[in-house]
Amino acid sequence: MNTADQYLKAIYLAQRMEEGPASTGTLAELLEVSPASVNEMIGKLEGRGLVEHEKYKGASLTDEGLERAHDALQTYCIIERFLANVLEVEEFRDEARTLESVIDDTVADRLDTIIDRPAECPDCFDPERDCCERLEVCGPAN
Amino acid sequence: MSLGQRVSSDHQLARLLQIGVVLEEVVESRAAHHLESLPEDEREAVDDEVRALLVEAAEESADHRERLEALIDDLDAETVAYEEINALVDAQYGPPEDTDGVLYDQLCNEETAYKFYDDLIDAIEASDVEFALERDRLLETLYDIREEEKEGVEEVTEIMEERA
Repeated sequence: MNTADQYLKAIYLAQRMEEGPASTGTLAELLEVSPASVNEMIGKLEGRGLVEHEKYKGASLTDEGLERAHDALQTYCIIERFLANVLEVEEFRDEARTLESVIDDTVADRLDTIIDRPAECPDCFDPERDCCERLEVCGPAN
Repeated sequence: MSLGQRVSSDHQLARLLQIGVVLEEVVESRAAHHLESLPEDEREAVDDEVRALLVEAAEESADHRERLEALIDDLDAETVAYEEINALVDAQYGPPEDTDGVLYDQLCNEETAYKFYDDLIDAIEASDVEFALERDRLLETLYDIREEEKEGVEEVTEIMEERA
C-alpha cells in the first residue's frame, strides 16, 4: 500500500472517529508523522481531487477519495485477519502497521482467498480498537 | 502505522518471508485444486499444455517454498505447514468455470507472486539494517525467484494468447 493510500485510510478512520473532517493533529497521531508532513500530503491529495480541505476544520474525502480509502482499509483488514488467524500473530495490530507499506493490494487479494472475512468488511472495522469488531481476537469494546 | 517501504528488522523480514511461503503454498494448492475441480468433460478437454503448466506451477512453488524456508530457518522463525494452508484453500475454494478461468487464476497467482517479490526486494534494498542472514544470499535467492515468477507470467500469457 503506498503512502497516499495510507493517508486516505487514516483520513477515513479519523472522519469516522471525529464524526466530521479529520484534523491535522489526529492524522499526525494516527500516521506517526509531523503535522507539517500531514499538511504537505493533504495539499497533494487535494490537488489530485481525493480530499477537500477546509481551514481550521480539517480534511474530508471526496467520493473518489472515499472509494480508495475503502479499498485501502479492506487491504489492511485482510492483512490483520491473515496475521491473526493464519499466522496466529498475537501482536497482529502492530505487525499489520509495519507490513502494510510493503503489502500490495493484489497480494492482499490472494491472501484473501484463504481467510474468512465478513461480507460487510471493512465497515465493521473499529478505529478505536484498530481492528475488525468481528475478529475474535479483537477483544471487547471499551 | 509505518510510512515508507523498507524492511527494518529481522522479525519483519521473517514475517514477510513467511507470507511469501504462504503465497507459494496457495499457488501450489490452487493449481492442484484446479485440476481436480473441473467437470469431467472439461477435465478431459484440458490439453497437455495447460496440464503441464499447472503441474510445473505446483512444482515450482514447492521449490520456492523450500528456498524461502531455508532463509527463514536462519532467522529462527517458523513457517505454516502446507497441509494447513491447503485446508484453508479447500475451505474457501470456488472452482473456476472453465479452462480459461483456470488460466486466468494461474496468471493472477504468478503476477501476485512477482509483485510480492519485487516489492520485498525494493524494501530490503531501501534498508541499511544488518540482518541475521547474509544480505547477498537473501537478495540472490529473491532475485532468482522473482525471475522465475516473471517467466511464469510470460508462459501463462503465451498460452492464453494462443487460445484466444
